[in-house]
Amino acid sequence: MNSKNKKDSILEKDVDSMNDNKKGPGGKRVTFNKNRISWRIGLNNFAKHLFSLSTVFAVVVLVILLFQIIKGSIGWLDWQFLTSNLSIFPEKAGIIGAIVGTLYLMMIVIPVTLILGVSTAIYLEEYAIEGRIQRFIKVNISNLASVPSVIFGLLGLTVFSRMLSLGSSIMAGGLTMSLLVLPIVVVSSQEALRAVPGFLREASYGMGADKWTTIWRVVLPVSIPGILTGAILAISRAIGETAPLVVLGIPTLIMKIPTGVLDDFTVMPIQIYYWTLDTVLTPEYAYLASATIVVLLLTLFILNSVAIVIRNKFQKTF
Amino acid sequence: MRSTNEEQNKYVYDVRGLNLWYGDNQALKDITMGVEENEITAIIGPSGCGKSTFVKTLNRMIESIPIVRTEGEILYHGHDIFGSHMMVEELRTRVGMVFQKPNPFPKSIFENVVYGPKIHGVKDKKILMEIAEQSLRGAALWDEVKDRMSENAYSLSGGQQQRLCIARTMAVSPEVILMDEPTSALDPVATMRIEELMEDLKKEYTVIIVTHNMQQAARISDKTAFFLSGELIEFDMTHKIFSNPQDKRTEDYITGRFG
Amino acid sequence: MGKNSIREIIQNNIRNKNHFSDKVMPKVFFVMASISVITTFGIVYTLIFDSIKFFSQVPIREVFSTNLNPLSRDPSFGFLPLLNGTLLTTIIAMIVAVPVGMAAAIYLSQFASAKLRKVLKPILEVLAGIPTIVYGFFAYSFVTPLLMNLIPSLGAKNALSPGIVMGIMIIPMVASLSEDAMNAVPTIMKDGALGLGSTKLETTLKVIIPASISGIVASIVLGISRAIGETMIVTIASGSSKNFTFDITQSMQTMTAYIVEFTSGDAGSGTVGYYSLYAVGLILFVFTLGMNLIAQYISRKYREEY
Repeated sequence: MNSKNKKDSILEKDVDSMNDNKKGPGGKRVTFNKNRISWRIGLNNFAKHLFSLSTVFAVVVLVILLFQIIKGSIGWLDWQFLTSNLSIFPEKAGIIGAIVGTLYLMMIVIPVTLILGVSTAIYLEEYAIEGRIQRFIKVNISNLASVPSVIFGLLGLTVFSRMLSLGSSIMAGGLTMSLLVLPIVVVSSQEALRAVPGFLREASYGMGADKWTTIWRVVLPVSIPGILTGAILAISRAIGETAPLVVLGIPTLIMKIPTGVLDDFTVMPIQIYYWTLDTVLTPEYAYLASATIVVLLLTLFILNSVAIVIRNKFQKTF
Repeated sequence: MRSTNEEQNKYVYDVRGLNLWYGDNQALKDITMGVEENEITAIIGPSGCGKSTFVKTLNRMIESIPIVRTEGEILYHGHDIFGSHMMVEELRTRVGMVFQKPNPFPKSIFENVVYGPKIHGVKDKKILMEIAEQSLRGAALWDEVKDRMSENAYSLSGGQQQRLCIARTMAVSPEVILMDEPTSALDPVATMRIEELMEDLKKEYTVIIVTHNMQQAARISDKTAFFLSGELIEFDMTHKIFSNPQDKRTEDYITGRFG
Repeated sequence: MGKNSIREIIQNNIRNKNHFSDKVMPKVFFVMASISVITTFGIVYTLIFDSIKFFSQVPIREVFSTNLNPLSRDPSFGFLPLLNGTLLTTIIAMIVAVPVGMAAAIYLSQFASAKLRKVLKPILEVLAGIPTIVYGFFAYSFVTPLLMNLIPSLGAKNALSPGIVMGIMIIPMVASLSEDAMNAVPTIMKDGALGLGSTKLETTLKVIIPASISGIVASIVLGISRAIGETMIVTIASGSSKNFTFDITQSMQTMTAYIVEFTSGDAGSGTVGYYSLYAVGLILFVFTLGMNLIAQYISRKYREEY
C-alpha cells in the first residue's frame, strides 16, 4: 500500500501544481498524467524485450545451425574420413585431397597477399603524398572489397586460366583468391601502421635514420601483430570461399592428390558444394558434407582463436 | 500521509548523507544539504571536486555511467529518488537539465523546443506553437529565431544553442532546472545574456547551477555551496559565503589562493 | 676507441651511402599498390570486352525478354528471369535482415548492459564469419525441409529458403554497421533527450536514429549489395530454373547462380553462351558497384552536422 501511494503521490502533486498560480513561462503548463507515463515506460520495456529477442534470434539460429551440422557429422567424421581420398562409396570417402588442396592454396595466397597487401599499406600510409592518387587507390580498395566473389572468379577465369593458361590449377585458384582477399590485408595493415605512435618514428629520424630504415626497423616490427591478425582473417576468408573456384571450373571429382602448384585440386568448400548438390542421388552425401563443414569450421575457429591470441598478447601499450 | 510528508519538508531537494563512488574512487562524501523553492543555488569548487557529479545525481543522469554506486538519500519533495518506485522518466521531466555544452538535437529549432511536450503526448499544433513561443520568450531567444523556426538548430551560434536548450527544458515546465556549467563553452557576451536570463528563471523555477566561475556565482545566486574533494565544505547565503566565510578553505578558494 | 673515431666511422658511412633505398623503395611500393588498381581495371576490362562480343550477337530486345534458354540448339538470352530471381531473393533477405539487424543494433547500442554486449557481439561476429557455402547447405538441407511443413507446395529448390538464410547471413552486417552509426551520436545529445525525461525507446527513435540515419541507410544499402552478389546460397538452394515467375515457393535462378552454372557446365569458350556469363557478370558488377557508391555517397553527403 505504502509503495503504491508513494508512486502515485508525486504524480498527483503535478495535478495540484497545475492548478497553482505557479505556472510555466506564459501560464501554460503541459499536463501529464500517470497513465501516460506508465504507458510510455511500458512501451519502452516492451520494445526492449522485442529488441533483445531479435538479438537472441541470431544466437538461436547459430545454435541450430551448429547443432544440425554436428548431428549430421556424427558417425562420419573420423580418422578414416580425414585421411581417405574421394570415393563414390560414401563409407569410404574422405577429404585428404581437399585438405592437401587447401594447404597448397594457402602456399600461394599467404605470400602473395602478405607481400602485396603490406606493400600497398606501406605505400598508402608512409610514402604516398595526400592527394588524388592516394585517394583514388583508397577508394579503389574499398570498392574492390565489395565486388562479389563470383566476379573475381570471372577475372581469374579470363586472366589466369585462359590468358596465362593456368587452367584450374592451384596457381590459378591461389592467385584469384589472393586478389579477392587483398583488400582485407591492406586495410588491416594500414590500421596497424597508423597505430604506431609518432614518437617512435621521430626517435628514429632524430638519430639520422632515413625513411626506409625507420619503416623496416621501427615501424614494421611494432605493427606485426596487427598485420598478422588481418592476414589470418584474410586467410580464413580464402579457406571458406567457394564461388571463385567453382567459376574457375575445378573438376567435379579429383582422385589424384595434388603434388605441385600446377596440378588440379579441390578444397573443402568445393567438396561441400558437390556433395550437397548430389544428395539428391546419394542421401549419405549430406553426412559427408556435414562432416566436411565441421572440419572447415574447426579450422576457421582455430585460425580466429590464434588471431585473437596474437591481438591480445602482442598488443603493445605505449 | 502524503501531505504531511510534504509539509514536514520545506525543501525541494533534501540530500541526506549522500556518498557516491566511481568504482573504488569516492567522488562524493557524506553530502547533506537542502535546496529551497524558487532560489538559485550555486555550486562552486575547483575542478574534480565532485560538483558536476552532484548535480547529475540529482536527476539520476549519473546512472548512465555503469560503475557508479550511491549511498544515502536524496528526497525530492519528500520522495527518495533512488526508491524502487521512482520513475526516472518522471523525475527528469520535473527536474530539467541544461548541460555543459549546448546539445540541441539535429532537428529544426521548433522541433527541438517541442520535443518534450511531444513525447508527453501533446499533439495539437496550435498548443505546440504556443508552448514554443512561450519557452523561447522565456529563454530570451524568441526575437532572434521567430522567423527561422524551421531551420536546423545547428545553424544557431553557440550561445543561441544554449538558450535553445534552456527553452527546450522550459517547454516541459519543470519545477527545478539543473545547470551544469552552462556558460563554460560560451563567449563573455553569450554568458552575460544567460546570466540575465537567470534572474527571470528564478521567478518560476528552482535553479541549481554548477559553475567554475566565482563571480558568476556571486552575481546570480541566492545560496552558494562550496565543494572540495567530494566534500561539502560550506553552504550558506551567497553574500555570507563571499563576505564572511566560516571555513578557512572556503576563504582560500574565493580569495584565489588555490583552484 | 675514442669518441672521435666512432664519429668518423659514422660520417664515413653517411658519405659513402648512395641513398639507394630512399630512391627505390617508394617506387617499389607504388608498383605494389597499383596492383589493386590494375585488378579493378582487369575486372572492368574482362567484363566489358567479352560483354561487347555478347551484345554484338544478341539483340538488346532479346536481352530484355523473359525467355532464357542458353543451351538449346536455338539459344535465347532473355535476362529478365535472372534479374527477377536476384530481385526476389534480395527482397526476402532484406525483409529478414533489416528489422532483425536494426533491432539488434538498437538493443546492443542502447539497451544491453556492457556485460551482455561483450557476449552478444562476438556471437554476431561468428555468424558473420561462417562461409556462405555452409549457409547454402543449411538452407537446402534444413530450412527448406522445415518450411515444407508449413508450405506443402514448396519446391525442393525455391527462392524463399535461400532468401531467408541470406537475410540471416546479412543480419550481423546491418547490425554492426548500424550500431557503429548509433554509437557515433554524441553522448551529450543522448543525455539531452534522457534529461528531458524521455524513455530509452523515445531517445532512440526520436534522437539517436534521426541523427544516425545516414549510417543506417548506408548499412542497409551495403546489405542489399551483399545479397545481390551472394552466390553459393542461392546456387545450392534456389536451383537453376529459368522460368520468369513471382512464385517464391518455386525454383528460380539468380544472376550469380547463372554464372556458376554456366562456368561449371559445358559452354565452350567462344560461344554466345560463354560470353553471356560476362554480360551477366557486368550487370551484376554495375549493380553492386552502384550500391556501394550510393552507400558511400549517403554516408558522406548526409553526415549530420554536430
